[in-house]
Amino acid sequence: MSRLIRNALSMLIVMTVITGLVYPLVATGVAQVLFPHQANGSLIMRDGKPIGSELIGQSFDDPKYFWGRPSATSPQPDNGTASNGSNQGPSNPALSDAVKQRIDALQKADPDNHAAIPADLVTASGSGLDPEISPAAAQYQIARVARVRKLGTDQVQQLVAQYTQGRQLGLLGEPRVNVLQLNLALDKLQAR
Amino acid sequence: MTFNDFIQIGIYLVVLLLLIKPMGRYMAHVYADEPNRIHRVGGGLERLIYRLCGIQADEEMGWKRYAISMLLFNVFGMVLTYAFLRLHQWLPLNPQHFPALSPDLSINTAVSFVTNTNWQAYSGESTMSYLSQMAALAVQNFVSAAMGIAVLVAVVRGFARKTAKTIGNFWVDLTRTLLYVLLPVSFVLAMLLVSQGVIQNFKPYVDVPVVQTTTYANPVTDAAGNPVKDAQGNAVTKPAQLTTETLPMGPAASQIAIKMLGTNGGGFFGANSAHPYENPTPFSNFLEMLAIFLIPGALCITFGEMVGDRRQGWAILAAMLVIFIPLTIGVTAAEQAGNPILHGLSIDQHASALQSGGNMEGKETRFGIAASSLFTAVTTAASCGAVNNMHDSLTPLGGLVPMWLMQLGEVIFGGVGCGLYGMLAFAVVAVFIAGLMVGRTPEYLGKKIEAYEMKMASLAVLIPCALVVICTAIAVMTPSAVATVGNPGAHSFSEILYTVTSATNNNGSAFGGLNANIPFWNVMLSVCMFLARYTLAIAMLALAGSVAAKKHVPESSGTLPTHTPLFVTLLASVVIIVGALTFLPALALGPIAEYLMSAH
Repeated sequence: MSRLIRNALSMLIVMTVITGLVYPLVATGVAQVLFPHQANGSLIMRDGKPIGSELIGQSFDDPKYFWGRPSATSPQPDNGTASNGSNQGPSNPALSDAVKQRIDALQKADPDNHAAIPADLVTASGSGLDPEISPAAAQYQIARVARVRKLGTDQVQQLVAQYTQGRQLGLLGEPRVNVLQLNLALDKLQAR
Repeated sequence: MTFNDFIQIGIYLVVLLLLIKPMGRYMAHVYADEPNRIHRVGGGLERLIYRLCGIQADEEMGWKRYAISMLLFNVFGMVLTYAFLRLHQWLPLNPQHFPALSPDLSINTAVSFVTNTNWQAYSGESTMSYLSQMAALAVQNFVSAAMGIAVLVAVVRGFARKTAKTIGNFWVDLTRTLLYVLLPVSFVLAMLLVSQGVIQNFKPYVDVPVVQTTTYANPVTDAAGNPVKDAQGNAVTKPAQLTTETLPMGPAASQIAIKMLGTNGGGFFGANSAHPYENPTPFSNFLEMLAIFLIPGALCITFGEMVGDRRQGWAILAAMLVIFIPLTIGVTAAEQAGNPILHGLSIDQHASALQSGGNMEGKETRFGIAASSLFTAVTTAASCGAVNNMHDSLTPLGGLVPMWLMQLGEVIFGGVGCGLYGMLAFAVVAVFIAGLMVGRTPEYLGKKIEAYEMKMASLAVLIPCALVVICTAIAVMTPSAVATVGNPGAHSFSEILYTVTSATNNNGSAFGGLNANIPFWNVMLSVCMFLARYTLAIAMLALAGSVAAKKHVPESSGTLPTHTPLFVTLLASVVIIVGALTFLPALALGPIAEYLMSAH
């Protein structure tokens, strides 16, 4: 028995060193050499400073910007230190109330748009940090953004197309539009 | 369901089946009694480990010694993990200066990771130092997976050997699993994940200015940091400006790789595989789903190789798929149909070329319905428990599927190793039932199944069922537990049932609306996780020890062949009947009641 105890303790220490220190350190080293951009958070840089990440959504509620997925993180939306969904059950009245509020906000920002709103634009994402919306959700907002910014809808349409990704390898996942990158491109277009 | 939903499920199954055959054969060589080419490659490191740990690699163990070694190793692992979580504020690699976890949360987390459950009553990015993540939690991800596989290999040896007193050496099985299987595959997977955008660094969190300043309702706290409430009990808030966003960092990819491959499931971040830094693209999602089923599927092949009849392994795999595929289609159809309570509103839930439509609450845009639903079925069929969408927000029937997949005992692929030894317990029960029908002593793989084996197999099948039912009953009678639910009505019962089911079957996924970080849940779920994990493993090792000692019975005309479609049907039926008889009443009170009420 005492030999088994010695075996167990030393095995635990050896494996902690191998799988808990050597493995993650080697993985970090190789990742930093092969994929430094991705390994460090896919940051968007401007003048040498990070101004966001391609992968982490930001909150928008100004009509001149495309709005992203609603976020249920607390206390603020798109809180990078508290990723979470709403965890509201499908029949929870709080869920339908929240959805109604989001519909109202979207319709108030764009009173002439009577189209049905794509589901992803009024339901909270799983992570609360979803950087993307469906192309349908982008289409729904194009007229509003173009009007507020006094741009042609075809100009905005073109930018949306530029930041739309199809299914990966043509088959996996869903087509989607990166909201932060699209909004940054809009600002850049008008800054010129 | 859309055409693409079927395509994505189909591609997944095809690629999986292509991978598990070579992987299964490779693993059979890893555990072969005679040294071969694989052992020569890593032999130096392997021998060094044995020397450091005082292990005699050629020493064979009986089942009791094997079980005691496993238990000692796991109990020490719990103590070490607990120590890390309680002390990490004084240890290096804690750039965010997180304080120690509470004692009950530390016990819960330690038991959870050592038992391969990865139930998480904490959120990684606001609780865990990088050192605790990689040197405590990820280590247990590796070794708990290796322990499950080691026990499975020992159980299979029990069937393969004739009149033997021993079933292998725990330390050798553990070491070989880590060196030749888990570490190399994890490393490759980690690099593939980084290429997609999963982070891997040791930097402190990054603050970035937001593009548009927004206002939000910030809860007011008193001097002690407690939220202030008004006369109605609602939290008092005041508007605050949001000007910066904090991006979390850390060595995530290395841990996520093993969390998938070892069917552990514990997320680096709170949102688990829904988090864009943990699962950034549909391709990373595809890799993560493949990683979950790779080893549980491959072990079926390994089993066939080790018992000298490949058809036996394929039969077990077929029985798993017979249950898995319809349930996957079920959850996908339920989610694609959308949420009925939103039908009257001005919302478009229909699938089109421009959107996945369906029930998108709790789901990520890049995964949509197909990749989220498939992930849900995979992670709960296997006892992984990682989630790429919030299960609490699944439609009633969509949420029933993951709950029931766990309640079937985590034998549809199941956890690495433990899924297959659980399924072998069901196989023993199935041949016994067949034996009763024709009035013959049942045999499985050339071994007579007698009273002792039936007792052990029954324990393995019934203990998780009993624990779930009893502990759910205790929870609903405990006011402090009932107060933790996050949704009203029938769904609140679903949350409690899901919580106990997940912990007891060592899955670890959650209906996350329930706040599990209270002493009652932390302690009771620790007990559930511990009892289920070790009573099952020990019962199956005892069964292995017993059959190893038996003679091989030659096949006769009265032997029920266990590689035929008839046996596959029988085995799948036994699994379903046990799961349905035990849990249908409870499911009727939760998801089925919610479905019936929301349909009207």
